[in-house]
Amino acid sequence: MADATLARLSRPSVQTDSFWVIPPLLVLAVLFFYPLSLIATQAFTNGTGPVSLTQFGAVLGSAVFRSALLHTIEISISASAGCLLLGFVIALVLSFAPFPGARVVARLIDTFIALPTFLIALAFTFIYGSAGVLNGALIGALHFETPPIDFLYSPWGVILAEVTVYTPFVLRPLLATFSLIDIAQIEVASSLGAKPWRVVREVILPAAVPALLAGGSLCLLLTVNEFGIVLFIGAKGVITLPLLVYDKAIQEFDYTAACVIALINVVLSLALYFVYRLLVGRLGGRRAGLV
Amino acid sequence: MLVWSKSGRALVWTFAGLLIGIVYAAPLAIIAMASLAGEWNGVLPTKPTLEHYASALSGASGEQLQASLITGAVASLVALGLGTWAALALRAMAPLPRRILDVIFFIPSAVPSVSVGLGLLVAFSRPPLLLNGTTTIVFIAHFVLISAFTYGNLSAGLARLPPDYEQVAESLGARAFYRLTRVTLPLVLPYMLAALSLSFAMSMGELGATIMVYPPGWVTMPVGIFALTDRGDVFEGSALTMLLIASTLAMLLILSRIPTKAAPR
Repeated sequence: MADATLARLSRPSVQTDSFWVIPPLLVLAVLFFYPLSLIATQAFTNGTGPVSLTQFGAVLGSAVFRSALLHTIEISISASAGCLLLGFVIALVLSFAPFPGARVVARLIDTFIALPTFLIALAFTFIYGSAGVLNGALIGALHFETPPIDFLYSPWGVILAEVTVYTPFVLRPLLATFSLIDIAQIEVASSLGAKPWRVVREVILPAAVPALLAGGSLCLLLTVNEFGIVLFIGAKGVITLPLLVYDKAIQEFDYTAACVIALINVVLSLALYFVYRLLVGRLGGRRAGLV
Repeated sequence: MLVWSKSGRALVWTFAGLLIGIVYAAPLAIIAMASLAGEWNGVLPTKPTLEHYASALSGASGEQLQASLITGAVASLVALGLGTWAALALRAMAPLPRRILDVIFFIPSAVPSVSVGLGLLVAFSRPPLLLNGTTTIVFIAHFVLISAFTYGNLSAGLARLPPDYEQVAESLGARAFYRLTRVTLPLVLPYMLAALSLSFAMSMGELGATIMVYPPGWVTMPVGIFALTDRGDVFEGSALTMLLIASTLAMLLILSRIPTKAAPR
């Protein structure tokens, strides 16, 4: 009875409130969707000409673009896999074998989400760079002719930096999921003689699948779009799509090529984003603290 | 609890400690060390100095700190206002248009920042709106990139809000505006502060879009750090990075200290 009254009371306001969405929508349309549509226009018309696909042909045919696309996909998939692995291991220890101060450590790792990504790339050049700490120590101790550690300037450098930066995005939903697992379940399994890694495989891992899927697809999206890390490491042979867009537009002033590449990058990202939303929607990941 | 034996636990903890130490503690420590290094020829830096901080705080780099703080504050406040507005407006809509609009407000978070910058360059270098080379275009880029996150935080917060309070206020005769300012907004204040912290931090670290659109007079810290390290001034770049981290964390701390009547959850 009371519910029905309340429903009737709030009904009229629902109708009028719909108009309120127009101002923020308008702002987004002018500042985001209009520029995005101009990228598409420029990509298809070369600025002012008739609609044609010649620009696409030129870009798709170039070796630089194909290598950038391959690197983007390679780096994104490897980094996301790395995030899942590292995130799972850290979450396991923090949740099920917590050391004193584990909560503080979890919060500190979480604040990495708020820090700029290039920070890690910069740190990596100090640690693993050709003039970095490790190479300096190894050359000093073992008298190498050339720096023995040179992974930083291969795709591996970018992959490892991205694993560091994006693991907190997997850790967050995993810790939320693990906090819901009944500890008694694990203790019973252990007391019945199950070895730790069997408990992990048969009890913890199945429960973690939704969080892993959601976190992993978010990592795919973020790593495809990552720019700062690739720019800061600045390896000549490692160019990804966002970096190529920057190079074409800012270094070469070739806006049409930049727009074609940007459009392809945006389509790739949006596809990954909808996969992510689908997974999160299916699995209720919003409750796990994901955006 | 998963590992029972003492030796097993010690092994797991050592492994985890090493892992977390190498992956998370070492990078921060090394940048802190570099920012204080006078010389770095051996394994560890020598001749500690505060010189890099002094030059990072004065002259061109000092202006960068200011530019970043102002950009972050303006962009995140505008994003908070519009994100709250959008989330509130969407709540009152029918399910289908609501779901479509929800996706639309989220899309900016899925688009690479460099492409957002490129779009702004292309769109606002021609009439009717000529903004290329102005500070405004930097604000716009930051706003666009963080808008989805403020919206997302607020709509998540509103979804968790029990409807009772607002319904009681309405049944007691509270008008819509009174209800909004006295009931709904105070209840979502924790989410608004969380959104503000996150978007301010994102803006402080934003690089991809800014590097595409920034005018010479408005260099933000990330762009400045890249310029410094690119030309080999790695120690001053590290000092500026430490300042960026410190100012971001300080702002997060300040915002987390603001008391709210409604605790989250």
